[in-house]
Amino acid sequence: MEKRGKLIIVEGIDGSGKSTQLHLLEKWLAYKGVNVFKSEWNSSEMVKEITSKGKKKGLLTPTTFSLLHATDFADRYERNISPLLRAGYFVLADRFVYTAFARDIVRGCNPAWVKKVYDFAVKPDVAFYFKVPVDIAVDRILIGRPKLKYYEAGMDMNLSNDPYESYRIFQGRIIEQYDSLAESEGFTIIDGTLNIEEQQNIVRKKIMPLLEDMKPARSRTR
Amino acid sequence: MTRDKYKDLGTRTVEFYGHGIKNLQDTEIKGRLIVIEGPDASGRSTQIQSITTRLEADGHAVLNTGLKRSELVGKGILEAKENFSLGKKTLALYYAADFADQFEYKIIPALQAGYIVLADRYIYTLIARNLARGLDRTWCHNLYGFAIKPDIVFYLDVEPSVLIHRVFQKNSTLDYYESGADMGLSNDMYESFLIYQKRISQEFHAMQKRYGLVPINGNRSVLEIQNDLQKRIDVFLRRVGHK
Repeated sequence: MEKRGKLIIVEGIDGSGKSTQLHLLEKWLAYKGVNVFKSEWNSSEMVKEITSKGKKKGLLTPTTFSLLHATDFADRYERNISPLLRAGYFVLADRFVYTAFARDIVRGCNPAWVKKVYDFAVKPDVAFYFKVPVDIAVDRILIGRPKLKYYEAGMDMNLSNDPYESYRIFQGRIIEQYDSLAESEGFTIIDGTLNIEEQQNIVRKKIMPLLEDMKPARSRTR
Repeated sequence: MTRDKYKDLGTRTVEFYGHGIKNLQDTEIKGRLIVIEGPDASGRSTQIQSITTRLEADGHAVLNTGLKRSELVGKGILEAKENFSLGKKTLALYYAADFADQFEYKIIPALQAGYIVLADRYIYTLIARNLARGLDRTWCHNLYGFAIKPDIVFYLDVEPSVLIHRVFQKNSTLDYYESGADMGLSNDMYESFLIYQKRISQEFHAMQKRYGLVPINGNRSVLEIQNDLQKRIDVFLRRVGHK
């Protein structure tokens, strides 16, 4: 794929503040007149209905869970992410393939299998990882939304009978996966306990050089 | 019961094509998985019906499975194909989810319980379709690495030119995807069908060795094919001592 745009993605557990940061980045880029497109995890209209039906019925196995999320991703990738990157957009992804790697591996899918399933995706230009101690992130979530959904809490893994305890253990394991991916995948780690403005400053500084890149009207010869 | 006695009943551990599924890794099965592959209108369903009748008459418990029949996504795929234009990878993954759901909830439990599972297509059609649409070969084979190896896979090999007549006899119209109309092979549906089915057939021939497919001459009459298949299945069941 000849890609002219830029792909910026955010990762981190629920409550890490990544979506807030991506929202602010989107507004800033739009303000600067950059063509921006944002894509969120598990948001393909076509797949969403089926996934949520399966989730409600508690029918999903680690393999079908993984494949349905891959279907969602592929749909957004083929329909939006890939063509928009080719058209020169800044594509912002709220969660990317690393979310699948982390969750599916924690659920017991074979790591090599999962990585191969997603290997059609291009590597992001910048991957931010919002790192927050599990207790802080979990507290942020539990204040606003006390009722946890079955898969969200990781109840399918029999970690604990208590959804809150299960959620805590599950999120802790996901953090372990993120940490092990951080180096090999070249994540830019952001301390998610800093003030929102401080974090956003770091994010924008990191993106600034990409804007310079875009300036010359004609793409470089290859 | 001793371990040896189990072996006498044909109990064995599942064997995966690739990485498999972690929590099924040591699953012991005593049933048999028999697959019939072949293009649309190749006569698969007719054959499966008569084989099922015979096997049940012989006292075997039989489970029929097929594509797009999962609780989870079976109907969703049909709806999605009507209402959205799906990308190649999206469709490939969708079918894989449908297959995985049936695989884990129907095929494996039935094999554990000692059923003969007669599958109206398995992973090979899905792989062939993906390959014919130009998806990466390693990717396609890896995708189905969670599936187990069947006991036998028959492939009804029908000449595309013979096949097209059977399609017209059955439906009097060509199916959009089965004609590869999504691929822009030709503006003419008839020609597109022939090109597409030829590609599928080539992919099947290429997979023959890798997956041990048994080609069955599908250009013959329904009865001839039926006798051929039935004889091969009888020989197989006798050989493995499936009672």
